[in-house]
Amino acid sequence: MSERAASPAINGDAAPGAAAAQPQSRGRSFLRRLLRAAPARVSLGFLLLLAATVILVPLCSPYAYDQQDLDLIGQPAAPDGAHWFGTDTLGEDSLTRVFYGGRISLCVGLASALVATLLGTAIGALAGFFGGRVDQWLMRGTDVVLSIPLLPLVLLLSGMFRPGLGSLVLAIGGLTWMATARIVRGQVLSLRELEFVDAARALGAGNGRLILRHILPNAVGPITVSATLAVGSSILLESALSFLGFGVQPPTPTWGNLLNAASPWIGTAPWLALPPGLMIFATVLAVNCLGDALRDALEPKD
Amino acid sequence: MSQAWLLRRLLGVVPLLLAISVLLFTIVHLAPGGPTDVYADNPSVTPQALAEIRIAYGLDQPLPVQYLRWASAMARGVWGYSIRTGRPVTTEIAERLPASLLLGGTALALSALLALPIGILSAALRRTAVDRVLTLVSFAGISVPVFWLALMLQLLFSIHWTLLPAAGYETIGDTGVLDHLRHLAMPAAVLSLATIANWSRFLRGSLVDALQQDYVRTAYAKGHGTAGVIVHHALRNALLPVVTIISLDLASLISGAIITETVFAWPGIGRLFVESMDARDYPVLMGLMMLGSLALVLANLCADLVYTLIDPRIRYE
Repeated sequence: MSERAASPAINGDAAPGAAAAQPQSRGRSFLRRLLRAAPARVSLGFLLLLAATVILVPLCSPYAYDQQDLDLIGQPAAPDGAHWFGTDTLGEDSLTRVFYGGRISLCVGLASALVATLLGTAIGALAGFFGGRVDQWLMRGTDVVLSIPLLPLVLLLSGMFRPGLGSLVLAIGGLTWMATARIVRGQVLSLRELEFVDAARALGAGNGRLILRHILPNAVGPITVSATLAVGSSILLESALSFLGFGVQPPTPTWGNLLNAASPWIGTAPWLALPPGLMIFATVLAVNCLGDALRDALEPKD
Repeated sequence: MSQAWLLRRLLGVVPLLLAISVLLFTIVHLAPGGPTDVYADNPSVTPQALAEIRIAYGLDQPLPVQYLRWASAMARGVWGYSIRTGRPVTTEIAERLPASLLLGGTALALSALLALPIGILSAALRRTAVDRVLTLVSFAGISVPVFWLALMLQLLFSIHWTLLPAAGYETIGDTGVLDHLRHLAMPAAVLSLATIANWSRFLRGSLVDALQQDYVRTAYAKGHGTAGVIVHHALRNALLPVVTIISLDLASLISGAIITETVFAWPGIGRLFVESMDARDYPVLMGLMMLGSLALVLANLCADLVYTLIDPRIRYE
């Protein structure tokens, strides 16, 4: 797991050649700190269960996500023994579509967060490390992107270009990296002044090596926290886009466009709108709780 | 606060807005299809006529020239005409702005009224059951998808209990205050939930930090009660980071709550944005984006000014 890998890296520069058993126990104590609070345990459990479910859904579900029951076309059908969450207007099984939608929503959320984190880390590290002109221009660019309202801009882009999944991920990730960039810049600004960086430089390390091998590993904690929070906000953003009809298009289900399809039927078939919204809610809540627990575990305050 | 700083800060807004406008202009011109594409399949429009239209609209000019013309027109308040209705963009926006300001203002007032006491309570009772519950609730507040929450409220209050109107701005023919309030209730609640949660969480965090400072211990030692220490000593310092968050949310509350206005058919500029998206009405979209960016830039400027009011130690040179 990434948490385990993260912990030794934080202290990596203190004792790079320490005994092999050392990182193991550090990883364990980190996990113990992370899972001390009940919300963190519940969140992690829920996310693992959800991941397992959406991965296994093709094996478990008797229906394909776009398989239509021709007898049930036209009106949403109420839940029964064959379709536990009912069927939509096209006669597709709602339960199956919710979990297939989870695959897309989770993938888009994770991938967008990854793009945002890589981009934000790169920009923040360059700005913080080189300072001067580079810093000024990169941070001015960050200010410009931050000064355009996010949701309208993403809507405008996806409305104009009708993106596929890949470009949707690039659009979301490409417009949400700014918070990470600022955090990483701040970290790098203070880390680059420390003695171990001078020592590494004296040993002949180039700028690239200094940033990648010496400075960034020490900023893994804050980067991990902001990456986790980015997953939650990316899932929310994708679902908002798809809900408004400008994100992922049917028949590919996502939690957002399932809600879009369910909203005209809210009065007559509320069982269609309940599950996808609850899934978004529970997932984002779990991700945020986990991010908060990560922050507490990585930066012990009191 | 020095006047030179204020002047420089105000002047700094100009290049920022220019950069934003270049970015938006470029994005819109990257879009597939152009203004004359509607005529491309029309057999009665000859290539010659098409070329004349392009010259008449200045579309034959190089892109930088087109940008300069557009930018100078925007600066003079000439925002072009809506493709959908043919009316000036400024009229379209001005018509929708009051509804958005009413909704945004109500949500803003609700957020400030609720977030402040919740944040203070949570910090004062930190690590008690009350704090944990409030924290969990505010996490829920920032995690809930607003469109789903809106649908659920409609299901409960409009369809199940028929207490409130499901959507719209007013009942036609009824101009009473009560009718407006009934229409306003659900959208304002939905719109303010996330900001209440966010602001109170931030306030709790910075207040907890402030309460661990030495001057707080001194204040306790002098015999102040908890309430006195928080209100007179810690709160002012704790408000500083919150102001940043408020200024960011302020702009988005004012510049239109796209999702909320869409679900509740609220006739504000957020709804106008989605309608213009459906019609690919680029002049209106550009106008709304520039307006939203302007609001955001000005809100950030205000935050900087408020800093100096809250904390006299902050001086900009």
